[in-house]
Amino acid sequence: MMARITAGVASSHVPLLGVASDFNKDRDEYFGPIFAGYDWTRAWEQAEKPDVIVLVYNDHASAFDMKIIPTFAIGCGERYKSADEGWGPRAVPDVEGHPDLAWHMAQSLILDEFDMTIINEMDVDHGLTVPLSMMFGKPDAWPCKVVPLAVNVVTYPPPSGNRCWALGEAIRKAVESFPEDLNVQVWGTGGMSHQLQGPRAGLINREWDNMFLDGLIGDSDHLRRIPHIEYLRETGSEGIEMVMWLIMRGAMGKKTRALHRHYHVPCSNTAIGHLVLRPDNGEGLDMSGSDTVRAIAAE
Amino acid sequence: MITEDPKHQDIHEYLAEMEDIPGTRVFTAKRARQGYHMNQFAMSLMKADNRARFKADERAYMDEWPLTQAQKDALLARDYNRCLDLGGNVYFLSKLFSTDGIPFAEAVSTMTGMSFPEYREMMMNGGRSPEGVRSIRANAASGGETNEGSR
Repeated sequence: MMARITAGVASSHVPLLGVASDFNKDRDEYFGPIFAGYDWTRAWEQAEKPDVIVLVYNDHASAFDMKIIPTFAIGCGERYKSADEGWGPRAVPDVEGHPDLAWHMAQSLILDEFDMTIINEMDVDHGLTVPLSMMFGKPDAWPCKVVPLAVNVVTYPPPSGNRCWALGEAIRKAVESFPEDLNVQVWGTGGMSHQLQGPRAGLINREWDNMFLDGLIGDSDHLRRIPHIEYLRETGSEGIEMVMWLIMRGAMGKKTRALHRHYHVPCSNTAIGHLVLRPDNGEGLDMSGSDTVRAIAAE
Repeated sequence: MITEDPKHQDIHEYLAEMEDIPGTRVFTAKRARQGYHMNQFAMSLMKADNRARFKADERAYMDEWPLTQAQKDALLARDYNRCLDLGGNVYFLSKLFSTDGIPFAEAVSTMTGMSFPEYREMMMNGGRSPEGVRSIRANAASGGETNEGSR
């Protein structure tokens, strides 16, 4: 039995969401509507019980500074601690890696002509830990292992959308050639529209964001051809993070179906977007989400 | 939506487009080089000892770094738009926001010419519209203002 990719999850990773979760503000008037949009997913994840998440994110001047700027880096370590981003590390569990799968993926990706940077030791910042909090809540230990996949979206140029999508395709091939029975999800994080700098800060584009969400569903691959300049003009300078969602989408294969979708403005400077996708290429996966409800009821 | 074959992306056109967005300093290689030491200085503030030394004497701490006088002045004044012009990147500068103990969004608001309450209000009302702030060239062609982002 080989490892298989069973789902894709997209989510914003605004640091303030980590603060809200850590200080129990997640059901207040401001954050309540944001977190409520993840309730479905938290129940679904309990039923899905993924073994490993390939978590695509970007480091925000935490593990990497300007000394070394890897375009695509894969974490092959045993475990990762929460980074101190200037106000102390988040009080969340350590993130457990899956070195066997990660090293296998690194080798497979390099043979597939994606020249990955291999990271054995690093701390992980809100880009990685906020999505874990959104999807799993506040457990004593994270319920699955994580293969961190860090993408440079800070120093220009970041990788093209097309390259990100192709990396996703190669990730699928890498995971499916790993000879162990593993339930693997791929998460793409960051976005949606936001600009954190300059007189144009605060830009939000609800219409464009929702068009992007629509484009991730079904069998079209037109999103891979959006040039960087369009993200910048339409969704703000930090909206470029959405190219990381295309890595997740590329890993879903030709066709996807959406199980859950959520969009909310604002969270601090940012539009929150969240999508749960199933690969829909004859894998025989449950498409209704009703397996979730049954599993939760049975517990 | 524009779609292009990225294989046909010309580097010079690409970089010219990056400079065509009003009120935005895209962190291109040119800015990354110009701001290298400023960003590494900001990064050093992730360590508590360095934060304490910086707070005790900002000028003395900055003198340990090969910063230009303009960069030092911009940092001392917390003039973040000026910092961006001198090669700063907001993710690095955010180490200074947290050293100052101010929320990220408040620091961001100082770059917009709005007060923090005004900025928050704009965000609560759906944020800044992209209308009229997509392109300096397009604004100029339509006779509109080019926005202070054009330099």
